[in-house]
Amino acid sequence: MSETIVLTKDVPAAAAAPDDAAAPRRRLGPVFWVAAGWLALIVLAAALADLLPLSRPGDLGDAMPGAGPSAGHLLGTDDLGRDLLSRVIYGARVSLIVGFASIAVGLAVGGVLGLLAGYFRGWVDAVITAAANVLLAFPALVLGLAVVTFLGPSLPHVTLAISLLAIGPLTLMVRGATLMFSEREFVLASRLVGARTHRTVLREVLPNVVPSALSLGLVSVANAMVAEGGLSFLGLSVRPPDPTWGNMIAEGSAVLERTPAVALWPAVAMFLTVLSLNYVGDRLRGRFDVKEGAL
Amino acid sequence: MTAAEESPLLRVTDLTTHFRTDRGLMRAVDGVSFTLERGRTLGVVGESGSGKTVLSRSVMGLLPRGDVVRGGTVQYAGEDISALDEDGLRRLWGREIAMVFQDPMTSLNPVVRIGRQITEHLRLHTGASRADARAKAAALLKSVGIPEPERRLREYPHQLSGGMRQRVMIAVALATGPRLLLADEPTTALDVTVQAQILDLLRAQQRQRDMAMILVTHDLGVVAGRTDEVAVMYAGRVVERAPTRTLFTNMRMPYTEALVRSIPRIADPGHTRLAAIPGRPPDMTRPPAGCRFAPRCAYARDKCRAEQPPLRESGEPGHTFACWYPVGTPEGAAALERNRKEAS
Repeated sequence: MSETIVLTKDVPAAAAAPDDAAAPRRRLGPVFWVAAGWLALIVLAAALADLLPLSRPGDLGDAMPGAGPSAGHLLGTDDLGRDLLSRVIYGARVSLIVGFASIAVGLAVGGVLGLLAGYFRGWVDAVITAAANVLLAFPALVLGLAVVTFLGPSLPHVTLAISLLAIGPLTLMVRGATLMFSEREFVLASRLVGARTHRTVLREVLPNVVPSALSLGLVSVANAMVAEGGLSFLGLSVRPPDPTWGNMIAEGSAVLERTPAVALWPAVAMFLTVLSLNYVGDRLRGRFDVKEGAL
Repeated sequence: MTAAEESPLLRVTDLTTHFRTDRGLMRAVDGVSFTLERGRTLGVVGESGSGKTVLSRSVMGLLPRGDVVRGGTVQYAGEDISALDEDGLRRLWGREIAMVFQDPMTSLNPVVRIGRQITEHLRLHTGASRADARAKAAALLKSVGIPEPERRLREYPHQLSGGMRQRVMIAVALATGPRLLLADEPTTALDVTVQAQILDLLRAQQRQRDMAMILVTHDLGVVAGRTDEVAVMYAGRVVERAPTRTLFTNMRMPYTEALVRSIPRIADPGHTRLAAIPGRPPDMTRPPAGCRFAPRCAYARDKCRAEQPPLRESGEPGHTFACWYPVGTPEGAAALERNRKEAS
């Protein structure tokens, strides 16, 4: 008798549990909005840098070199007396442009290749998958270094080098999603009402692949920014005196004992941006998965 | 054109579809022939793995990728369509021949609104303007029994129930007025209460439009009263074919009899044991030498295990079957009797 009582008591609790578990998956949550807010702030600041009441990033000014935060220089100054806040914001431009542009190129190229491989399969798939795997097999930084060293350090060249790194994983991901959706009956149904192949791929398969490709894209932007930082640290991206987060950290590392702030602030900015991108991308991916699961 | 008018809408002759697999040649469809006249309905019945889905896809010219060996011909309105490539078939698909699939959950694109899924198809084939196509789509949805069609057009598939989605799929299939509709297990994925509605809808539309239909199902109850003729498939072959009424009253093939017996009856007393068919369908990479149903058949004698029975006439119009010891004949009764004695 006592057992049955325990059982009936447990039922409502057990029934309520799945709802509780499902709720946070559907909501994006406050951390998501903090992360998204940080990204919006960085993008806005970088875009509107020229309009902000900042000194130019290369401006030596009359400030004390290596000074701490003050009303005129919110993050203090570096060893040459340049405003750190200004340099972090102008540096964000390079990181953001390289990050988003290289992934945009990667998504465009990887998206086309992945769709072709996943939809047509056969030898097309074999060739594309092999090529993507070859790209993946190179150690990322070495490939980036090789390309930039060969072409010369500049914004377009760094973007190109990093987009090369991004094509491999994005191709494979889009291929996988395409394979999955091509098997669905709505694709067959589209062929059966007489739609041509390009129409079927673009209108039936592509819209289903886009959400997951975009959320992986966001995570890839974070990786691209880290890669740019690495190249920049090695002096293979935009060259000083134009600031990038990578070359600021490189400069700061030389004076780490005297003025740690020089390396600290760009590092913090990069850390938060990469973390936010990863978090936002991850949450969005989770959300799209839920949507699919509910179908 | 006169030749096309005279010939039946669909004539399938000795159709075979074999797949090369790691375990050998898999005979999914193995020499099937039938004809279908305009405006008629054919039920294709068989258990899972009998080749009925591969048959309907072979008729459509939709063969799965991979190593496929195909043979025989499919003539649509006098034209051999089994030799056409996808460009040639595209002319027929949608306009002349349409298909309704088993699972309405996966046969609509989840990220495209219902309206676009119907109108795009309409505009592709008729060149109608956006507004015209939309009006026609709403009318179509109404004709397949969807209330508030205007609102539904703006919705996404996940906002509709399974039955509603299957209605939408039927609307898509009917949009361009095909002359042949292939419905491959159209109600298997639906609730029992919705199944009858969808089947009646298909039947009504088929009659109204004078459209021929092939209804593929594993459920004899589905074809009863909704088809003109029934073909029973077993292990890649048609083993019995008859006008629907004849099939139910005067079946000859023991497999058909077993299928009919396995339908639970509401009039049976409680706790009546379901007459299941013992065993499983054969491995189609190594089909039995004789009759393919022999290993599971209560009538089977040595001859059945050695020699494949040909399709022959029963004497009643349009009734053919493949069996050495048919149900309801003295030979059949004798074979059954001897098997009973030998077993005891």
